[in-house]
Amino acid sequence: MNILYDERVDGALPKVDKAALLAELQTQLPDLEILHRGEDLRPYECDGLSAYRTTPMLVVLPERIEQVEAILKLCHARGVPVVARGAGTGLSGGALPLEQGVLLAMARFNKILEVDPQGRCARVQPGVRNLAISQAAAPFDLYYAPDPSSQIACSIGGNVAENAGGVHCLKYGLTVHNLLKVEILTVEGERMTLGSDALDAPGFDLLALFTGSEGMLGVVTEVTVKLLPKPQVAKVLLASFDSVEKAGRAVGDIIAAGIIPGGLEMMDNLSIRAAEDFIRAGYPVEAEAILLCELDGVEADVRDDVERVRQVLEQAGATEVRLAKDEAERVRFWAGRKNAFPAVGRISPDYYCMDGTIPRRELPGVLKGIADLSAEYDLRVANVFHAGDGNMHPLILFDANTPGELERAEALGGKILELCVKVGGSITGEHGVGREKINQMCAQFNADELTTFHAVKAAFDPSGLLNPGKNIPTLHRCAEFGGMHVHGGQLPFPELERF
Amino acid sequence: MIGGTISRLLHSHQPDQDQSQALLERVNQAIADRTPLRIQGGGSKAFLGRPVQGETLDTRGHRGIVSYDPTELVITVRAGTPLIELDRALDEAGQMLACEPPRLGEHATVGGMIGAGLSGPRRPWSGSVRDFVLGSRVITGHGKHLRFGGEVMKNVAGYDLSRLMAGSFGCLGLLTEVSLKVLPKPRLTRNLRIEMDLERALLNLCEWGQQPVPITAASYEGGALHLRLEGGEGSVNAACDRFGGEELALGYWDDLNEQRLAFFQDPRPLWRLSLPNATPPLALPGEQLIDWGGAQRWLKSDAEATVIRAIASEVGGHATCFSAAVVDSPFQPLAAPLLRYHRQLKAALDPHGIFNPGRMYAEV
Repeated sequence: MNILYDERVDGALPKVDKAALLAELQTQLPDLEILHRGEDLRPYECDGLSAYRTTPMLVVLPERIEQVEAILKLCHARGVPVVARGAGTGLSGGALPLEQGVLLAMARFNKILEVDPQGRCARVQPGVRNLAISQAAAPFDLYYAPDPSSQIACSIGGNVAENAGGVHCLKYGLTVHNLLKVEILTVEGERMTLGSDALDAPGFDLLALFTGSEGMLGVVTEVTVKLLPKPQVAKVLLASFDSVEKAGRAVGDIIAAGIIPGGLEMMDNLSIRAAEDFIRAGYPVEAEAILLCELDGVEADVRDDVERVRQVLEQAGATEVRLAKDEAERVRFWAGRKNAFPAVGRISPDYYCMDGTIPRRELPGVLKGIADLSAEYDLRVANVFHAGDGNMHPLILFDANTPGELERAEALGGKILELCVKVGGSITGEHGVGREKINQMCAQFNADELTTFHAVKAAFDPSGLLNPGKNIPTLHRCAEFGGMHVHGGQLPFPELERF
Repeated sequence: MIGGTISRLLHSHQPDQDQSQALLERVNQAIADRTPLRIQGGGSKAFLGRPVQGETLDTRGHRGIVSYDPTELVITVRAGTPLIELDRALDEAGQMLACEPPRLGEHATVGGMIGAGLSGPRRPWSGSVRDFVLGSRVITGHGKHLRFGGEVMKNVAGYDLSRLMAGSFGCLGLLTEVSLKVLPKPRLTRNLRIEMDLERALLNLCEWGQQPVPITAASYEGGALHLRLEGGEGSVNAACDRFGGEELALGYWDDLNEQRLAFFQDPRPLWRLSLPNATPPLALPGEQLIDWGGAQRWLKSDAEATVIRAIASEVGGHATCFSAAVVDSPFQPLAAPLLRYHRQLKAALDPHGIFNPGRMYAEV
């Protein structure tokens, strides 16, 4: 299964004369840095989904918004596809370039324009790194809440495009909950403001629509984020369980006790061992599952909640409950979890990270299903789980140098996502669809729903030049690749011809 | 006690019913006839926005809680369900809609709450109605009954059409069902009234906003700052000791949210100004009541819309007229490119213009 752009099913792309476009850009924008030679283009072949690569026709590296405006106007006039890219850390191939397109690298827009402690907000350029915002706000005891694992590298413009999450989403929300205002350029290079400096704006909530739209509706040029006061204290409990089911039930019990933890994470035995081997976080390597439960807020309340959660965990059958005794141990407990991906990377030549979400009550059944699929496809799967908000990250271990393993890993991943959809979940909680999950979209949505998405896209980008082929599959792609499993004797989308 | 799935309400006055098929047929008829529809729930917010010419489509027969599992923090409800029933079901499980949507009358429905997108006093600290929307079912202007989003906390598959429904006043489709994130009620609530002048109050709120203080509502009227503090015993009691003042009547926030306070009896038109945090006191032409820690200011005024909007825009906000038939455009007019994309989005989802045409803007 190849997910690279395929004109046969993804739609014909305009034919672009590279030399003419390059000459025109150089004439119109003499101070714009443009990469056009093979060796210069290579670093931009892929984003965080490095198994798939395409060399872009041109890479442009603007430093002023006026240049972005001119690039978009020119590309629109010449019918040239444009793929915007932030830090390139995305895991779903949302910034995968096109051979027939311009890659618009926004990384040089890296200035924090304003931190307003009174108004509890910060105005930043799209290339500013996620963590840099919290660092700039730290002198005021404020911070920006969403914290994807890639926060030291990922940019806020990319966070908006993907509606990035992190480990504190249940309590503090996703990117969409932490934005006030976004400045965008339309496909035609026209400036538009979504949201406002106030808590709402007149008209439709286009800020919500654009957040997570994967660069399909416009290009983000400036972001105003909300800042929150830093919690006074944060305490972490580490609970061990002799079964994954018990750990899963404990999560529901904590919430039933009326407590919303700042973070609530689960790891299975394979992830625990990998992380412990790598980080020496002090994890119990014999446990079948661990829960990390962080409680944050005002000191007196946190102290009470720690006791409540400890009781709940013990009643739920935890074999051991440990409270991080100091800040150093708390950071170490989290380090194991935050490095779970690279830790798994050490025990396998390659791994493939999934991002499905499920209603939490379905966890035992889904883990069982994943174990069965793992046996069937003969590939190990390590499970890391944002347990509080139902976001699973099964990591499929494989070796790309062994013929057929990548294909098997992809097929297994697809099955896992379909399992998530079947129990009422979603194929992606925070990594986005991009190109990676383009075929699984056909399992998540029916033809009418996909048609509606295409209509929304066309309302903002009628010529389809912004990030073509991402996020929403064509009905032809669904007919050909999108789960050709026969449901009740009928193929999906029977009205479409097969190629 | 929390636990188990509550699939229907015990106290319904009317039976729960899934009338989505009938609603779909009604919409398809309207599409075939090219007849605009005026979507109506309990009519509690009918005064908001512009009048709609069209045949009335009543959603109230399509009602009932479809599923509610308190430990999942998610409730799925049909659009015609009275908001009061939703609140009661959550209350029985010790949970709440944290955005505190105003009912403005006992007949308010869940569909109207989403359509109007109004949030109560807790909004600056907990989020708006749209922030709690997880998924929806919508009948589109193409005559299809579709599902967007879902019942999970995190879901970035496809465009977020569910949150787009919040505050769209039914102009983009007929909402039939919505899944909402809910939260446990705080363990302790205390309310304070502290006498001080307005300038001091707004400065204090700016300062406290940067500290981990458990404020969940803050208004100013009658020469006093009104605060609600919620959380654990430790933090709430410590904050009360720090702030001083006197204990405030229990029903105050509900009276404010439902516009039952004396301020709202003033016969002049009511305006809502939505302003950035930390906006200083403004000289407004009329009486004002300040909510949302300063970010929402209610104004009773006879002044021209242009005058009021100029003041709000000057400081980065906007103004909505909350009294019917006072101005032609109760919602602040949009910049030209924004209006163009509003029209294109409307045309994409409702090509025949049958859903509440003109309710928000004449052109949409």
